[in-house]
Amino acid sequence: MTAVVDTLSDGAVVAKRNLIKIKRVPELLVFTTIQPIMFILLFAYVFGSAIDLDGIDYREFLIAGIFAQTVVFGATFTGAGIADDMQKGIIDRFRSLPMSRSSVLIGRTSSDIALNALSITVMSLTGLLVGWRIRESFLEAVAGFALLLLFAYAISWIMAYVGLLVPTPEVVQNASFVLLFPATFIANTFVPTDNFPSVLRTIADWNPVSTLTQATRELFGNTSPALPAPEAWPMQNPVVYTLLWVAGILLVFVPLATWQYKRAAST
Amino acid sequence: MTDVISARGLVKRYGDVTALDGLDLTVPEGTVLGLLGPNGAGKTTAVRVLTTLLTADAGSAHVAGIDVFADPRGVRERIGLSGQYAAVDEYLTGFENLDMIGRLYRLGRRRSRERARELLDRFSLSDAADRPVKTYSGGMRRRLDLAGALVASPSVLFLDEPTTGLDPRSRTDMWEVIRELVSGGTTLLLTTQYLEEADRLADEIVVIDRGRVIAQGTADQLKAEVGGERVEVVVQEAADLARARNVLLAVATGEVVVEDHVRRLTAPVTGGGKVLVEALGRLDAAGIAVLDVGLRRPTLDDVFLTLTGHGAEDTPEEAAA
Repeated sequence: MTAVVDTLSDGAVVAKRNLIKIKRVPELLVFTTIQPIMFILLFAYVFGSAIDLDGIDYREFLIAGIFAQTVVFGATFTGAGIADDMQKGIIDRFRSLPMSRSSVLIGRTSSDIALNALSITVMSLTGLLVGWRIRESFLEAVAGFALLLLFAYAISWIMAYVGLLVPTPEVVQNASFVLLFPATFIANTFVPTDNFPSVLRTIADWNPVSTLTQATRELFGNTSPALPAPEAWPMQNPVVYTLLWVAGILLVFVPLATWQYKRAAST
Repeated sequence: MTDVISARGLVKRYGDVTALDGLDLTVPEGTVLGLLGPNGAGKTTAVRVLTTLLTADAGSAHVAGIDVFADPRGVRERIGLSGQYAAVDEYLTGFENLDMIGRLYRLGRRRSRERARELLDRFSLSDAADRPVKTYSGGMRRRLDLAGALVASPSVLFLDEPTTGLDPRSRTDMWEVIRELVSGGTTLLLTTQYLEEADRLADEIVVIDRGRVIAQGTADQLKAEVGGERVEVVVQEAADLARARNVLLAVATGEVVVEDHVRRLTAPVTGGGKVLVEALGRLDAAGIAVLDVGLRRPTLDDVFLTLTGHGAEDTPEEAAA
């Protein structure tokens, strides 16, 4: 029990340190907030001008997809932060302290929840401006936001592991682009999957980013009877399926990243 | 005296490269060991193994009586480490850096703050305490990094090339700080590629090359290994060189070397300052005008060259020092 308390309190110290950095590097905050605004405006007006959906305004359909894409990409920040700390020898300092071994990673992934919460807030406000509305109850909406943050937290652990493997933060950026771009595009994030080629459609139906998007749309009430969810089990049970992925990712990557942290020797 | 740090037969390989090749070390309590060697000799690897950051492929190591490989955490609780690259967070202030380290050593909120202030004061960083480290000079960063290693008042300290890359003035400051530190009884293992640094700070020097110990002893012992002291005289007039040589032969223990172009004579001697005075008296009596005179002892650079057949990789600045 004391071990758990120690780990969490060390994690909190590390998280505080990361948050101070966000405060001291305003550029970071600017890009974290401008990028989602940009995405919403671009997709809403560029794609939105050509896409016409049955029974629902495209902008309303779009927002959940942008939320999902943005929080997933937010994990890049986790990996880049870890790689940066490795490169600068700060991880060595942490590793020479009698602190618990997983707390650097716990601190990092936790402080990135704050960043994601911020970008979701900014996106929500921008969404409201372009016509997005929450049409379900307050509690369901809260559940939608919570699911987004939870999924982002799990992806953060994957990127933390990547950050420990690669030599520089730039490599994390590139790696995450290659990994996350297809993951967020072969999905129902920006367009319905009905007209995808069948292989892509199957991938999209089983892609947890799709189910996250579907779950969020349902919890916000941004769906239309004219646009039913695909028949595939994950899309019919998007909340459960997404939570299964969150659990699976955490079960694999928390121990894996912690193990890599212990053995990682920065040069 | 008990050995606070002891390592036996440490081996560490990276593929084909052998970074440590059966390294043995002991550091008695309250003393300073200088681990001296050129780049790539294995100094940093040795420190990383002893501070639990790396595991060795073979060998054993104990720090503060604790087996490094069996109880790394126990070792971490008792040591302080300051690395080659100042591992401080540049976005945090000096105070925040030390406060964070204190919290991670579990000193508690109040004690962490007190300790941070104490150390900032001690390392003359109080004025910069609330500025982000980004604005610090290289010397200030190193001092902060060293302060970070001292937060939990460890009895064993590892400093990996604490002055590499510092300008001469910051280096001298750093030496001052380290000397003060060890006068308080801290056991210190210090790595350096600066021969002068080991000479100034270490009680005992271990010279390593290619992951092995190639010589060990006090600075004086090592210097004695490559030969004794010499009297050097530069005469005013080249015409006096031959006579001066005869005068010096009377006090020398061996052949007197004459370098015509710089009008310098070098005579091996024993007896230190006394012999120098005597040589000067005799030269004066012979009416030979002396431009410069000195008693020269071999430097650790000479030691290194003799032992390894190659010099320590000197930076131009170091060569000039």
